[in-house]
Amino acid sequence: MSSAQQAAGSRQASAIEVRDVHKVYRRYGRRKRFATLKSAILSGSVLRDLHPDAVFEALKGVSFDVAKGKTFGIVGRNGSGKSTMLKLIAGIGKPTSGTVRVDGRVSALIELGAGFHPEISGRENVYINGLMLGLGRREIARRFDEIVRFAELEEFIDAPVKTYSSGMYMRLGFAVAINVDPDVLLVDEVLAVGDEAFTHKCLDKLAELRRRGRTVLLVTHSLDLVTRFCDEALWLDAGVARAQGDPKRVIDAYLMDVAGQENRELAEAGMRNPGSGIREELEPPDPGSSIPDPGTEPADMFKAAEGRWGSREAEITAVEMIGLSGQPAHLFQSGERVDIRLHVRANQRLSDFAFGVGIFNAEGVCCYGTNTLIDGGVAGELAGEGLVVFEIDGLNLVEGTYKLDVAVHRQDGVPYDYHRLLYTFRVKSPRKEAGIFRPPHRWSFSGGIRMSGL
Amino acid sequence: MLANLRQLFRYRALISSLVARELKARYRASTLGVVWSFVNPLLLLLIYTFVFTVVMPAAHPPELQPFALFLFAGILPWTWFSSSLLESSNVLIAGGNLIKKVLFPAEVLPIVSVLAGLVHFCFGLPILVAFLIYYRVPVSPTDLLWFPLIVLVQLVLTTGLALLVSALTVHFRDVRDLLANLLTLWFFATPIIYPISQAPGRVRQVLNLNPFTHLAVAYQDVLFRPGPFTQGTRLLVVGIASALVFVTGYFVFDRLRDTFAEEV
Repeated sequence: MSSAQQAAGSRQASAIEVRDVHKVYRRYGRRKRFATLKSAILSGSVLRDLHPDAVFEALKGVSFDVAKGKTFGIVGRNGSGKSTMLKLIAGIGKPTSGTVRVDGRVSALIELGAGFHPEISGRENVYINGLMLGLGRREIARRFDEIVRFAELEEFIDAPVKTYSSGMYMRLGFAVAINVDPDVLLVDEVLAVGDEAFTHKCLDKLAELRRRGRTVLLVTHSLDLVTRFCDEALWLDAGVARAQGDPKRVIDAYLMDVAGQENRELAEAGMRNPGSGIREELEPPDPGSSIPDPGTEPADMFKAAEGRWGSREAEITAVEMIGLSGQPAHLFQSGERVDIRLHVRANQRLSDFAFGVGIFNAEGVCCYGTNTLIDGGVAGELAGEGLVVFEIDGLNLVEGTYKLDVAVHRQDGVPYDYHRLLYTFRVKSPRKEAGIFRPPHRWSFSGGIRMSGL
Repeated sequence: MLANLRQLFRYRALISSLVARELKARYRASTLGVVWSFVNPLLLLLIYTFVFTVVMPAAHPPELQPFALFLFAGILPWTWFSSSLLESSNVLIAGGNLIKKVLFPAEVLPIVSVLAGLVHFCFGLPILVAFLIYYRVPVSPTDLLWFPLIVLVQLVLTTGLALLVSALTVHFRDVRDLLANLLTLWFFATPIIYPISQAPGRVRQVLNLNPFTHLAVAYQDVLFRPGPFTQGTRLLVVGIASALVFVTGYFVFDRLRDTFAEEV
């Protein structure tokens, strides 16, 4: 089906229709809430006085449609308005402006077992919860066995709910809500709370609803679930719809934005450190320890805090890391080609010099350290300004945050300018491996072993 | 409002289940269980009877006999009234999880408080009957026909106030404390432990502004005062006033309804 046809189809039969919805949350000042009942009554303005001191706009004009029978995912950062949107669709709360229209019976899995009373039995709670969700007594009686079976609580259904484990509690809550047999099911992140087996069961149940042509709206942080499960996705950011459409495309746009923001944050953190230069000219360190070589004096390397020191006959004026983008960056993919560029200025002509680079992980473990001396370089002359590029063909580190040491020093290790852990960068990887180093590798199998996907 | 009431009717099964749950949950794990519903009013009555017949026998006119029955005719409905209001002042906040997470009409919660109070009131009736038999008080059958009518008026009045109080408490938490003190004052401003005839003229005018005065007098007329029921007009007026209170309470509740999910 082409996207145009799809759009036409959704106009004809949308299960959820959201049009230019704004939601403003009002914050009432303390003064108002606690001290003005008297004055409100005296001035006869109880209703009028319920006006806010401050407002927070959680949704700023969101519109979208969910076609009947589709599974629709909403993603976004915390506080982007996802749950607010869900509550408006569920009818718990009204939009400040705009319209929300839902066709058919809605059931919302916002909090499982909300409204269970701890003192009474699971059986009675199922009835009351079902009635709250809009089922009739007879409907509940008909579905009761299935609800109990789904929750796997046959033995405990007559025990008070307070004796249930949190898992049992959730299973029962989910079982009731899903057995309301809604036309539109709203799910808010509840799948994340169960154990593996229960999550699978819930997903199976959702898949079943989908097969039966029910509409499902999913709010989740599990992007994987959205790409696997949803027909369409919406990315909400600070109350605004940033992208909508094919889940893969929406998720990628979202991920790129998240990465971009991380990059900016790291850049800001990086600028604060060397720019401030507070730690300049601290005590001249022990010469041996200033060589970024973990082999010689590791103990001191670990103890040294971030900072900058040295005699400054030569200085490192700027440090950049450049990845595939060709632009200075702080975020790289594991295995990416990265250049570390040191802008160097000599304040006097020097013939005794070496450049060093060290990479540390967040725990302070030296991942790698070397200098031009170790690598066999023979110093010639250093005068005026120049650029040193340390080219890394593949940044073979696992995902994590790393810090950089760079230095220009005498060949005996006495530093001209030593920058200790002043530069932070992040390595991203689609896989979550253990350790620090990621050697380029392949798997192969022979004999009676067969495996695919590698 | 009519649409709301119709919707409420659809939720009657939920309301009755919640009332049953309220009663069950309250007495679960107590040894006497539901017996407490009978014992509580009985003990309360014994205390008042002790105070007014042993400690201060002169506090009430001697012709008011049996005084225990007179007290009971007022205290039993008052307990329903005051406990329902106190409970509904807290009910939306205590049920905040429900209001924020589940879609259902919030007025169910204060209504359940009032109805649970009504059930307790009904549990107290057998004790009342026992007293009537014990003191051999003649109650005419026509008087008894008025009784459910008085209960109905009280139900309408209490529900209206419960809706008002529950909605206001969400925004002004101090309503709870205010209410507790107001109810104490209200109790003494109602002819329950004294007959209205004992109040001086000026005070009686003030007491007549209190709707519960008329309910208490009506209960006393049916259960205590010999002779036919004479409070028909009174009951009609207070019934109309109660209906107005109900409409006002529901109106305020409805106006504030959308703010509950954000405020509780």
